[in-house]
Amino acid sequence: MQLVIIDSGGANIASLRYAIDRLGVASELTTDPEKVRAASHVILPGVGAAADCMGRLQKIPGLVETIRKLRQPMLGICVGMQLLFESSEEGEVPCLGLLPGRVRRFADRDDLPVPHMGWNQLEFEPGSPLLKDIQPGDHVYFVHSYSAPVGPLTLATATYGEQFSALVQSGNVFGAQFHPERSARIGSLLLRNFLQLQQTH
Amino acid sequence: MRFRDHVVVGDILELAQRYRDEGADELVFYDITASPDGRTVDRSWIRRIARILDIPFCVAGGIRSVGDAEEVLGEGAEKVSINSPALADPELISRLSARFGAQCVVVGIDSQTVDGVYQVYQFTGDPERTRNTARKTLDWVREVQERGAGEIVLNCMASDGVRKGYDIAQLSAVRALCRVPLIASGGAGAKEHFASVFNEARVDGALAASVFHTGALPIPDLKNYLRDTAIEVRP
Repeated sequence: MQLVIIDSGGANIASLRYAIDRLGVASELTTDPEKVRAASHVILPGVGAAADCMGRLQKIPGLVETIRKLRQPMLGICVGMQLLFESSEEGEVPCLGLLPGRVRRFADRDDLPVPHMGWNQLEFEPGSPLLKDIQPGDHVYFVHSYSAPVGPLTLATATYGEQFSALVQSGNVFGAQFHPERSARIGSLLLRNFLQLQQTH
Repeated sequence: MRFRDHVVVGDILELAQRYRDEGADELVFYDITASPDGRTVDRSWIRRIARILDIPFCVAGGIRSVGDAEEVLGEGAEKVSINSPALADPELISRLSARFGAQCVVVGIDSQTVDGVYQVYQFTGDPERTRNTARKTLDWVREVQERGAGEIVLNCMASDGVRKGYDIAQLSAVRALCRVPLIASGGAGAKEHFASVFNEARVDGALAASVFHTGALPIPDLKNYLRDTAIEVRP
């Protein structure tokens, strides 16, 4: 296994690397398209504003094109997941377009603070290898102000005022809105499951 | 949880591990090695914590610049919490929020009633320097949100360390104008205190230190109790 973490400049990269270390897996942090292409598994982390994050990826020649063409399992985390969609309301920025749809800001409500920060339950129909050994109702840690609507690609949902996509998948492309690297045992299971996925053709 | 007492790193690691295993949802570390005169400090302890913790944690103390925050977050912390430096330089909140996103920026507020008005205190880490800033707490709560704070920890000083319960009245007053997550601090002594601060003050989280450090209230017992009173908690 050759795991590459794309260095998107977000503040969660250190904790993600430690979470991978705890699984006993080596990882390489890089923005080199060549290394990304050669990986068996790719993680795209992201914290901060979607536009900033997308801007950092676009600065590296060939990186965005490489990400779009990957065939190996790729997991976007938090803003990294949001970038997988066509666009985000955050900064009205075009994203990678690997998944159809648009990421929206949580509706402004008096009774629900935004950002949404905290532990919420996952709801899903079991069956996805990504959710092996994880039970509906298990808690994971979220930190976000934007989210992807529930749709045909949704693997698991969570609810914060409204229901949104907590996990999505289209072929080899996976996205987690929560932070598996800070979601205790459940997060660790999800990362392990992701690393056990095989390339699809 | 507040790690305000002076403990060496080895003990912190052990404590962090214990709380992780007991089911704490988040830890806050008050960095007492942060020097008030701004000289370089060794922050490698943060990395050692980040390596073993699989839950979010926040570092408070000694963060006076974007560079300080960059270092702390780069070592693996999720959030930085600023208190006195934000009072000295409110623009710091905006700079941190613009650089790292609001979700990384916690503003800690130490507050107590003076002449019937909630007022903000500064330098509460050092009894010799603690002073009333003459800022009204509710005004400061509004301002820090406008400047981009993503979370507020309100420490009600009169309740702190007394273990007689959180200051429900003050937390409710702040809750009414707080649109970001609000964390209650100061006063936890029994499991009932947690239930009332969630139910009555509608806070998003409750922070406690001594009641956990001493083992007086084991976290699993607290969580079982909260679940029985229909408050959603992570097992």
